[in-house]
Amino acid sequence: MGPGGVPVSAPLLEVRDLEKRFPVRRGLFSRISGWVRAVDGVSFSVNAGETLALVGESGSGKTTTGRCILRLIEPTKGGVRFDGQDLLALPPAPMRRMRRHLQVIFQDPYGSLNPRMTIGSIVREPLDIHRIGSSRAERVAMADRLLERVGLDPAMRRRYPHEFSGGQRQRIGVARAIALRPKLIVADEPVSALDVSVQAQVINLLIDLQEEYRCAYLIIAHDLALVERIADRVAVMYLGRIVELATTAELFRNPLHPYTRALLQAIPVPDPERVRDKAALEGDPPSPADPPPGCRFHTRCPVVVDVCKRVDPPLVEVAPGHWAACHLVPGG
Amino acid sequence: MGALLEVRDLSIHFPGAGGTVLRAADRISLTVEQGSTLGLVGESGCGKSVTALALLRLVPEPGRIAGGRILFRGSDLLTLPEKEMRRYRGRQIALIFQEPTAALNPVLSVGYQIAEGLIVHGLMKKREAMAEAVRLMAMVRIPDAEHRVRDYPHQMSGGMRQRVLIAMALACRPALLVADEPTTSLDVTIQDEVLRLLRRLKDELGLSLLLISHNLGVIAETADRVAVMYAGRIVEEAPVRDLFRAPAHPYTRGLLRSVPRPTESSGPPGARRRRLQAIEGSVPDLARLPPGCAFHPRCAERLPECPAHEPLDLPLGEGRRVTCFLHHDPEGRPRDWAPAGSR
Repeated sequence: MGPGGVPVSAPLLEVRDLEKRFPVRRGLFSRISGWVRAVDGVSFSVNAGETLALVGESGSGKTTTGRCILRLIEPTKGGVRFDGQDLLALPPAPMRRMRRHLQVIFQDPYGSLNPRMTIGSIVREPLDIHRIGSSRAERVAMADRLLERVGLDPAMRRRYPHEFSGGQRQRIGVARAIALRPKLIVADEPVSALDVSVQAQVINLLIDLQEEYRCAYLIIAHDLALVERIADRVAVMYLGRIVELATTAELFRNPLHPYTRALLQAIPVPDPERVRDKAALEGDPPSPADPPPGCRFHTRCPVVVDVCKRVDPPLVEVAPGHWAACHLVPGG
Repeated sequence: MGALLEVRDLSIHFPGAGGTVLRAADRISLTVEQGSTLGLVGESGCGKSVTALALLRLVPEPGRIAGGRILFRGSDLLTLPEKEMRRYRGRQIALIFQEPTAALNPVLSVGYQIAEGLIVHGLMKKREAMAEAVRLMAMVRIPDAEHRVRDYPHQMSGGMRQRVLIAMALACRPALLVADEPTTSLDVTIQDEVLRLLRRLKDELGLSLLLISHNLGVIAETADRVAVMYAGRIVEEAPVRDLFRAPAHPYTRGLLRSVPRPTESSGPPGARRRRLQAIEGSVPDLARLPPGCAFHPRCAERLPECPAHEPLDLPLGEGRRVTCFLHHDPEGRPRDWAPAGSR
């Protein structure tokens, strides 16, 4: 369902069989000795006004997936349709115009803002580039309203990023991302660099802005607990693949993939009275340059059986809207 | 069991701009009991890491320990000559850091780095120490220790490197292990394993642990007692269950409320986008600390006296302490208070 309960015919973003390989170079002449399959056949969609979270640990390919969608890097294979258009086929000029509807919030609020620009001009820049409004004065006023909307005093517009705390800088990044009223915002670990007491403020801001602007979010995160608050659906990634995808409530209530269960179990919970008996998982994840045969999770899986070592399980819909890639899941 | 480490009124000062003094730690007191774990919680810049370094008298220049006592088994480390202090570092009190990659020497084998402490402290000859390194690596559950003892740090994953650091820290059988954000750079499934390892080693070796973390989940699962630090001061200290069940300081209460809990039910379908209860404002800069209680501008329960006076670190019932005017008046007299759970 879209905004206001209107059924949406086609999803806003549709990612099909996305693949990204990075060459591994060795030796004196940097010969290519192998390929890291960072993203290896990923498909999902995001509806208008919806929040989908891509969750996984380091090496899962979640960040690479986000960067491919934004075309910050070009995917090796696969399709990305956004708002009815084939994003990967767009020439540079139409792609630049399309970026208006496709914005990004980065993890690092220190590195992602130009230190030589005032915060007023950082927020105004997208408005200037896309020539929104009739005059510069109008854009200054719009930037002021944006600063105010994210909880910053517009009187501070002439200050520079270093004069602000991490949480305030992330608000500036959010104001810049919403300036053009995009249809989709890709947020890569939007709060993981912030202090615990400040993370909640930024999460709340993202929740409020979505209610107001009806934009869709693709949130890339490692923290399932935060994702539970903000996402409508969650896709869990492991070594370049989606292993489970479901609505947030369903995923937390009824996780089907052993990796999802392990992730949920491994989150440290601020409750000293909770009793936990056994380790979530043993061993380290294998390298994405050399993924194991069969199911990629089988080397760490607590319920591994013989078939897992030979046959790669496909991602199948085991219940309406609930997808899992595991031989042991009934219906899978 | 008795106290292994007692920190009393420790102050650590750094020179600030224009002759000012930055109080990275301000009259802090902590106790680590024999065989138990004290969790030290705080956000960035609260002074928790510099406090850890101060325990070994390793405060980086131009910072200095400006006052207080650090009693280890009753003797004050701050009065020892430097030469004697070296017998404590690594030998009695060992330290592990957040970033395992930065703490290891890239050109030495991990086995040698584990054995080095034993050789330097004159406890073993090289051959014997290398054999001990294999034993220590097996103890921290590094698979295939006999072979991996010759590995270099870059050949290991982040989780394995953190195990190497733990093995290094434990080589000389210290009585106290100080772990500063030991799992922060690790993935959650690896974090889970490393925390399990620390808990097991603590029990098996009778270690005492000072665990520093910003993660309340990590603290809840590992600590016996918890001290909460804010802007250079200890604002609350309590047994772990009391702290989580009935936090006394408004900062602790705010921190606990702002952390989402994954095991809470997700509510009825459609009831998503539940806002979190945030603490307003941000962590203050030590150079611009608010007057009175440093937390007062962010405090939802602020009293008229909070901006004007500085609260004292005072006892609160049995085995707890708090630095807050909700519990003591400016003269230090207790106000009526009962933990939320007992009301």
